[in-house]
Amino acid sequence: MSNKHHNNKDPETTGHSWDGIEEFNNPLPRWWLWVFYLCIIWGIGYSIAYPAWPMLTKATPGILGFSTRADVAKEIAAVDAENAAINAQLASADLTQISANAELNGYAKNAGGAVFRTWCAQCHGSGAAGAKGYPNLLDNDWLWGGDIEAIHTTIKHGIRNTEDEDARFSQMPAFGEILEPAEIEQVVNYVMSLSGDAQDPSQVAAGATVFADNCAACHAEDGTGDRTQGAPNLTDAIWLFGGDYATLTETVTNSRYGVMPSWQTRLSDAEIAAVAAYVHQLGGGEATPE
Amino acid sequence: MNIVKLIALGLITLFAMMAANFARDFAYQVHAILIMLVSGGLFMWTLRHTGDPAAPADQTTYFDSVVRAGVIATAFWGVVGFLAGTFIAFQLAFPGLNFDWAEGYANFGRLRPLHTSAVIFAFGGNALIASSFYVVQRTSAARLWGGNAGWFVFWGYQLFIVLAATGYLLGATQSKEYAEPEWYVDLWLTVVWLVYLAVFLGTIIKRKEPHIYVANWFYLSFIVTVAMLHVFNNLSIPVSIWGSKSVQVFAGVQDAMTQWWYGHNAVGFFLTAGFLGMMYYFIPKQAERPVFSYKLSIIHFWALIFIYIWAGPHHLHYTALPDWASTLGMVFSIVLWMPSWGGMINGLMTLSGAWDKLRTDPVIRMMVISVGFYGMSTFEGPMMSIRAVNSLSHYTDWTIGHVHSGALGWNGMITFGALYFLVPKLWNRERLYSLSLVSWHFWLATIGIVLYAASMWVTGIMEGLMWREVDANGFLVNSFADTVAAKFPMYVVRGLGGVMYLTGAIIMCYNLVMTVRRAPAAQQSGPAAVPAE
Repeated sequence: MSNKHHNNKDPETTGHSWDGIEEFNNPLPRWWLWVFYLCIIWGIGYSIAYPAWPMLTKATPGILGFSTRADVAKEIAAVDAENAAINAQLASADLTQISANAELNGYAKNAGGAVFRTWCAQCHGSGAAGAKGYPNLLDNDWLWGGDIEAIHTTIKHGIRNTEDEDARFSQMPAFGEILEPAEIEQVVNYVMSLSGDAQDPSQVAAGATVFADNCAACHAEDGTGDRTQGAPNLTDAIWLFGGDYATLTETVTNSRYGVMPSWQTRLSDAEIAAVAAYVHQLGGGEATPE
Repeated sequence: MNIVKLIALGLITLFAMMAANFARDFAYQVHAILIMLVSGGLFMWTLRHTGDPAAPADQTTYFDSVVRAGVIATAFWGVVGFLAGTFIAFQLAFPGLNFDWAEGYANFGRLRPLHTSAVIFAFGGNALIASSFYVVQRTSAARLWGGNAGWFVFWGYQLFIVLAATGYLLGATQSKEYAEPEWYVDLWLTVVWLVYLAVFLGTIIKRKEPHIYVANWFYLSFIVTVAMLHVFNNLSIPVSIWGSKSVQVFAGVQDAMTQWWYGHNAVGFFLTAGFLGMMYYFIPKQAERPVFSYKLSIIHFWALIFIYIWAGPHHLHYTALPDWASTLGMVFSIVLWMPSWGGMINGLMTLSGAWDKLRTDPVIRMMVISVGFYGMSTFEGPMMSIRAVNSLSHYTDWTIGHVHSGALGWNGMITFGALYFLVPKLWNRERLYSLSLVSWHFWLATIGIVLYAASMWVTGIMEGLMWREVDANGFLVNSFADTVAAKFPMYVVRGLGGVMYLTGAIIMCYNLVMTVRRAPAAQQSGPAAVPAE
């Protein structure tokens, strides 16, 4: 049937027909067959050269001695060996003197940038501008100190974590359990007035009293904070969680508890020094007090 | 017979009621109520029709009503799946589309498996089931075996889709890619699939043709292998019979290997072998030409199914997987290149002597470009499996682009071609409502795929290079977030490609509906199940 589908030049069909579909008896295309053979031959050769066939206890190792794990270890070792001298220099350097040594400083900023992008950017952002609850590291507002040694300590031990005994620690009380709602309203208005405008100026005066009684011990009488206990400066209009009325009420009522991990078990001494130098030189780093 | 059915349905309804009552999580409870309503409804229906005299089906006609339902389901799920895909593409470009109010239901993480399952299993699966039922009857010159079992397969499969999709949105997932549904949904699919196998095999066994047509070899290999893959990859133990959570039997790298043995062969047997079955019927039919080479079809069939099953480890290069397994995965992937291309050659060369039809028939153009995309992705795949290439491409958008040039280009286009072929035949229409709308669909879809694939090549290679970029001291230059930010423009292009593809599919649905409603009726009446000469 279905001869209308055929041309005169057509090859023979197999003689089968299904629902009008026939099949030509064409041979395999030569190029197809040869490429297929070549692939098979290549496959056999490749599986002799590389680890491939599972045997009783382990697989054939391949004659080239290829191993992805050994390759990675080798590459890492090569880079480590190349950087060993300067890493040792960095690990033992006086932190305040790094910036004076151009070669060491260039290396530290470079290495520190890589460490930062790998480990720190998740919270602080790849440009270090921070996010809500994660401090901006570009400005000159520091919670625990902005000289290179303070930054180094913060990175090495972290903040309020449970894994490092030397982690920086402080805890603001949840004033919702201590103050009356009216008092919280007053003190929030007072705090807002320190660096801008209060939501309700009539409450500022009362708020000042609440502040002096409850907050000044840590945030200082003038509200400029205390870096020895990580108490933020409330007068500079820079806010970690937000400076609007609702957010401040939330902060005062429930407190905050920002945590940063300890990095001394994850990063080498040289890497910590490097990332400290990097952060210190982002823009807001301070000179070490004499 | 009806008594047995009533007892079974009654027991299922009762059990589902208990399950809904004891449910330990919300997804399980919703599913139990769903099953209770379905089986309860069927119970009532069976009860009311118990006395009806059963008219035996006419064995000289084909069982086409189930194929018609399958065609409708294919078009419907296709649009749903493309819509979900386009939406999540824009969620990646504009994270704000992960609305706060829909958090936990319609965020990217929940919608992504909904998209993949909707297009692979709902759209692709319905296309495969419907077309295999159509093709096996025609090429066997026999009515579908098993009476209403064909309907059971169709509706059982739709129930599986609904259970899977609602499960994803409500958080019931075993977190295995393309195998996300939880244990009871897996069990149900196993039942449906075995009935599918029985119906298909039964029809082949009672065929009136002396030989089994090549399309049916491919369909059968697809059904058998998917059953095996599904069962092994879903071996898990439920935490409780009243909850959706289950624990995998395999762990660690063994689990990963089983998963990608499954995952890669879902591509190999679901999206390649099954769709080659479609190709082997619809291209010769539409071109009205004999298949190019019988020998090639035999050799490439056996080579394909033998080699494909070993290629899975290439998904796990540079992981905890031992090097030897990774080598074997790569070697088999490359040897697979020519067996894959055998199907492309047979499809394209079938048109030799009928190339002029490309000018006049947009349906054949669709089928030809689908085979072209098939050839392209089956070259790209082996290339990406090479360890050195994979070290750049792995985990990047290149993989996503590769999958989509295969899925949108090959699976989508051949399915559209088959739907355009089937609808006039199944609804007894002389022709399609509008060929120019088919042309619109063709160009929208083609340009959409090009935008998609090209943008993913650019972002994929770019992020691969950015990830591995180190400076002279061996330090990484870019942070992960830098690569995400750099990809933004290409993400928008990808989304636009999706919009075009979706628009094409909607035009197709309109065209098919209008074919059924407006196109002139065909001259001869329904086909009879007689063997070809």
